[in-house]
Amino acid sequence: MMMSETKTNATSRPGLRGWLKGEAAQTNVMLAVSCVLVLIAMTALRPSMFLSSYNFESMAFFMPELGILSIAMMIAMLTGGIDLSIVGVANLAGITAGTLFGAMAGDGGSGALGLGPVTLGVSAALIVGLLAGLLNGFLISVLKITPILATLGTGQVFIGMCLVLTGGPAIVGFPPGWNAIGNGKLVGIPVPLVIFVLVCIALSLLLARTSFGLRLKLIGTNPKAAVYAGVKRGQMILYSYMLTGMLAAMAGILLSARTNAAKSDYGASYLLQAVLIAVLGGTNPAGGRGNVLGVALALISLTLLSSGFQMMRVSNHLIDFVWGAFLIGVIALNSWRRRKGA
Amino acid sequence: MRFLRSSDAIILAILAVAMIFIGLVNPAFWQMSNLFSLLKENVVIGIMALGVLLVMISGGIDVSFTAFAVAGMYLVVRSMVALDYNGLVLPFASTIIIGGLLGLMNAGIIHKFKMIPLIVTLGTASVVRGLVLGLVGTSNVNINKMPEALVNFGKTDLFVLERANGSTYGLTAMIVIYLGLAVALHLVLKHTMIGRSVYAYGADPEAAKRVGFSTGRTMIFVYVTAGALAGFAGLLHSSMIWLANPRDFVGLELDVIAAVVLGGASIFGGRGTVLGTVLGVFILVMIQNSLILMGIDTTWQRVVVGAMLVAAVTVTALRDRRALV
Repeated sequence: MMMSETKTNATSRPGLRGWLKGEAAQTNVMLAVSCVLVLIAMTALRPSMFLSSYNFESMAFFMPELGILSIAMMIAMLTGGIDLSIVGVANLAGITAGTLFGAMAGDGGSGALGLGPVTLGVSAALIVGLLAGLLNGFLISVLKITPILATLGTGQVFIGMCLVLTGGPAIVGFPPGWNAIGNGKLVGIPVPLVIFVLVCIALSLLLARTSFGLRLKLIGTNPKAAVYAGVKRGQMILYSYMLTGMLAAMAGILLSARTNAAKSDYGASYLLQAVLIAVLGGTNPAGGRGNVLGVALALISLTLLSSGFQMMRVSNHLIDFVWGAFLIGVIALNSWRRRKGA
Repeated sequence: MRFLRSSDAIILAILAVAMIFIGLVNPAFWQMSNLFSLLKENVVIGIMALGVLLVMISGGIDVSFTAFAVAGMYLVVRSMVALDYNGLVLPFASTIIIGGLLGLMNAGIIHKFKMIPLIVTLGTASVVRGLVLGLVGTSNVNINKMPEALVNFGKTDLFVLERANGSTYGLTAMIVIYLGLAVALHLVLKHTMIGRSVYAYGADPEAAKRVGFSTGRTMIFVYVTAGALAGFAGLLHSSMIWLANPRDFVGLELDVIAAVVLGGASIFGGRGTVLGTVLGVFILVMIQNSLILMGIDTTWQRVVVGAMLVAAVTVTALRDRRALV
């Protein structure tokens, strides 16, 4: 798994820090440029539809859930891992809250539930995410299972638990307070977008300005040096997966609040897209590199692109093809740049 | 006596215990018709698992093989329908070639760009599925349109038994193909240079290169074989169920990977045997199919498969515990 990095690390160790910063900045500039290019191209092709405020507003509502999942994926990749269970965690969080609302509402229907139960639901969903992340982190850091297989397995367990809780069909009818999280507006700005921006700011501060973030990246860059520097590897990995689980649960809250429903197989295509956005945003899946701004820019450019495709009536399957081709293209580009930089 | 201490022996013991347990809960398990249908269920998953085993021995992981199976199966069946062609050899040869070429694409990207196989195969799976569904079509080819030769081939039985009420059931002949492929892969892995190079590469790519293995060739062998096996399994599946569904096999990746891991292969590479994988596939299929016999609701199936995967990787991780730094 480490084969991709050993070579470049060895040759570029002097000035590693400056080089890292340089590359991250470079990637972000490229992403910002591609955002603008996509915007111009789509506007030229479909001016009246693409530039409408309705289009941007709908993007602002559905983009945040994918964005938060991508950031969760980036956190898992920082230590050289991956979390394939994020979509399962997101759905389980939404379904747990939905089941809870169903139990609390009784015969009156969930419409009558006020702020208190909604807060309880949000906390329950976040706790589910935290526990799911704790399980992943335990399997990975204590039992030393490869992240791929551990999260592949737990992801199935989570989806299975969704099926057991719902029996198959979607849970519908969330209280109005819950829906406001996904569809409401705060001084004219969609609530999901507000939450996403807050998450972005909090996590970029956490990664760039705290010793937690620095240690997390060190584990990914050079595990041996991290141990010699006194980083408690197991503990850090445990925390990072708990954070990933919480973020996934947050995305699950947004998803079920926006659609007013929760189901075991919602957002199945988000997994690939989250990996793609994380990698496109300059995250190195082998660990050590990743920043929130890059992920956010990658998210925006890909959302613009796919919304443009949808307007041109390209079939969803071909959009899947484009996502996959993009991922491979980015891999090729990164490898070419690494070789040039080394 | 060496066999008794190997992981294969442990897996065999687990299998025996599980069979006795399921048989005690519901004696219907031991009916010949149930065992025959279990064996039939093994064929397609098993052939795919042989490919995944190869990839895992080389230290990689593959989640694109189900997409390749769909591509081979659907392209071939649709062309057969369009051309009104009714045969066996050419269609199976084509699906193997389609799978193999797609596998070559995986090998090329993984080797050339030195990228993590999981992420590459996630991408190629999405590309292939998107192209098949977006360009070729999304509709099923049903039994009334399916080429007759394929349907008849899938119906072939080794022998047929009669129940007390006069209805008959048989053991599918496809099991011979599966076991034949398994034996062939076992011989290649144990007794040829290319087979040994897969183990060497999986245990330590750098060491494999230094002793003189051509790692590029090993990667091509691994992924092309895995792709070809997947393509073959895809068409075989469609001839056994008399249906070609372009949305088939979604989520089957996990079952197959779980079966290979149950069979004792390690994702760190360098470990894994064909016998273990065949047993792992049998355990997985048996437990999935016996949940109903044991009176457990089918909604629990995913929880059970996921938990089995986690348990199996935990055991292999404890076995292969390596210094992590």
